[in-house]
Amino acid sequence: MDTSFYLIQALNGVQYGFLLFLVASGLTLIFGIMGVINLAHGSFYMIGAYLAYWLTDATGNLLLGILIGLPIAILVGLAIERFAISFLYTRDHLYQVLLTYGLILIFNESQSILWGNDLHSVALPDMLAGSIPLTDTLSYPVYRVFVSAVCVVIALAMLLVIQKTRLGMMIRAGASNRDMVQILGIDISRLFAIVFGAGAGLAAFAGMMAAPLDAVYPGMGEGVLITSFVVVVIGGVGSIKGAFFGAMLIGVADTFGSVLAPGFSGIVIYALMALVLLWRPQGLFGQQAP
Amino acid sequence: MTSMKNLNANRRRFVQGVAAGAAAAAFIPGRFAIGGMAKVKVGILLPYSGTYAFLGEKITAGMKLAINQAGGKPGGRDIEYVQLDSEAKPPKATDNTNKLITGENIDFLVGPVHSGVAMAMAKIAREEKIITIVPNAGANQLTGSLCAPNIFRTSFSNWQPSYPSGKVVYDDGHRNVVTMAWNYGAGKQALGGFTQGFEGAGGKVVKQILTPFPKVEFQAYLTEIASLKPDAVFVFYAGGGAIKFVKDYAAAGLKDKIPLYSSGFLTEGTLKAQGAAAEGIKTTLHYVDTLDNPANRTFRPAFKKTTGKDADVYAVQGYDTGKLLVQAMESVKGDTGAQQALIAAMESMVIDSPRGEWSFSKAHNPVQDFYLRQVVGGENKFLGVAHKALAHPAKGCRMG
Repeated sequence: MDTSFYLIQALNGVQYGFLLFLVASGLTLIFGIMGVINLAHGSFYMIGAYLAYWLTDATGNLLLGILIGLPIAILVGLAIERFAISFLYTRDHLYQVLLTYGLILIFNESQSILWGNDLHSVALPDMLAGSIPLTDTLSYPVYRVFVSAVCVVIALAMLLVIQKTRLGMMIRAGASNRDMVQILGIDISRLFAIVFGAGAGLAAFAGMMAAPLDAVYPGMGEGVLITSFVVVVIGGVGSIKGAFFGAMLIGVADTFGSVLAPGFSGIVIYALMALVLLWRPQGLFGQQAP
Repeated sequence: MTSMKNLNANRRRFVQGVAAGAAAAAFIPGRFAIGGMAKVKVGILLPYSGTYAFLGEKITAGMKLAINQAGGKPGGRDIEYVQLDSEAKPPKATDNTNKLITGENIDFLVGPVHSGVAMAMAKIAREEKIITIVPNAGANQLTGSLCAPNIFRTSFSNWQPSYPSGKVVYDDGHRNVVTMAWNYGAGKQALGGFTQGFEGAGGKVVKQILTPFPKVEFQAYLTEIASLKPDAVFVFYAGGGAIKFVKDYAAAGLKDKIPLYSSGFLTEGTLKAQGAAAEGIKTTLHYVDTLDNPANRTFRPAFKKTTGKDADVYAVQGYDTGKLLVQAMESVKGDTGAQQALIAAMESMVIDSPRGEWSFSKAHNPVQDFYLRQVVGGENKFLGVAHKALAHPAKGCRMG
């Protein structure tokens, strides 16, 4: 095991981190700003993957599939916010957990009815299907590099929106003190709708990007959901910056955990979470609880 | 979607059939004074949601096909199915099994897919002495240390499909091999079978990699394999994980440099999604789609006609489960109370299966042929018989 081996593993870890960030950023927005524990977040990931499969099959082009599929996913997100979740903002977290768990079941059943229970995959566009040779035995798929690049663009775009725009200001304000935002006369229901739609869109987009890498299958969102919650908790609830560094940390820790401590690779990320919480209970970039 | 419609249509047709049968039965005096003409109740505990949902569907459809082909009245009794979604979740297995056995008062129990569910289920089935037919779950213990007179398996033990691969890989000239599987019962037992076969032939497993179940992030392990540079790699993955692994393996450029071997589950029901990445992979399994025998020639079109889908190994296992049920019921003329006679008859049964004829070992596991297959042109091509009439060495089974 030479240096190049560890360098490639670090690359693997960062790349995995980018994918995690895409899902976790939406989750942390919804959790941090709206105070909603959205267990159905993984379902949007699954919906994204199935839309990518379905539309790529129909249009013959992944890019076209994503362009058509993303608005559909966001509309589904907005509808869920308007007709289900908005009734529970003033209620206890337990109600939200029950509701969003119910949504998981509904989404899973709809998927089974609409698309069946067979396993599918999404074909890569030709220009992204190649590989870059790294060592004499190993090469790196171009598509993985492409996914990382897209994630960087999205992370930067989110940073710009949140730091430089009026909407971003409201989002930041909402994350730190929701009641004050409401008192100041900002239309909180509109803000919530935007945040939830964006969160659902991000998760669905992650599913679409991951679809050609992964298989498209029933229940695929559930594993992603748990890891995303770990990322959000480590990074600090509501912090996009936290989600980014949390995702990187988990991606790299999980990758090296798999290689260096294979027997314990399943628990590495949870041990890491426990350590971070002992040190900073509010997460790396979280606001101190009042 | 079409399949769901078909299944529903079948169910409707089936209910009508049962109603007609019941009306006819009213005029025929029952063979048994009490409850003889009551319906025989078959409890089915299979996954109908999640990653393994398509296995549950295929097994159920195959089983019902076999029973309907035999007239739909095993042993002269109408049949009633009680289907329960196991979700392939071991923590729910105990409750679900109890629901079927005590809640529904079933005569036969069929299930499950997941080895973990099977362990919990078998424990109850042993105590309650319900005749249980396992149509998939391969946990070695079911027909090993935990074997029981009332538990039969129509599929395989986890050890079985991997063991013949050992010799195949050795005969292809590979000496140093890395093995890899999900870190759970079925994965570890599958690798155990391969290692025994491969090292028995004279090869060496240089490293065994176990990855967390059911995670499908393989990049770190592939990097490790690339740096270990073994002669070949043997893996156990199924369903979504199988698709992801095969695609990742090819995308990492390993496919053309280090040949990939597996038990047949890697390329079963997943080939379309794996596409070109699966070309050339050699696997061993107890079934091949193109097997040329009379039972397979009639089975495949019939399955396609009723479900609209192509049959696979899971459909065959379901089909054989149905056949076993029918033959068992015939042997006691529908008298499920005669359990000793029922078990004795089942033990000596020969199943004329699409996978070729097979019978039970003393521990109630199939003694069956294992075939060598290779993915060519998007299909599992039959290359030959890898191991004839392979029986699972039922260590710790004190039966028979």
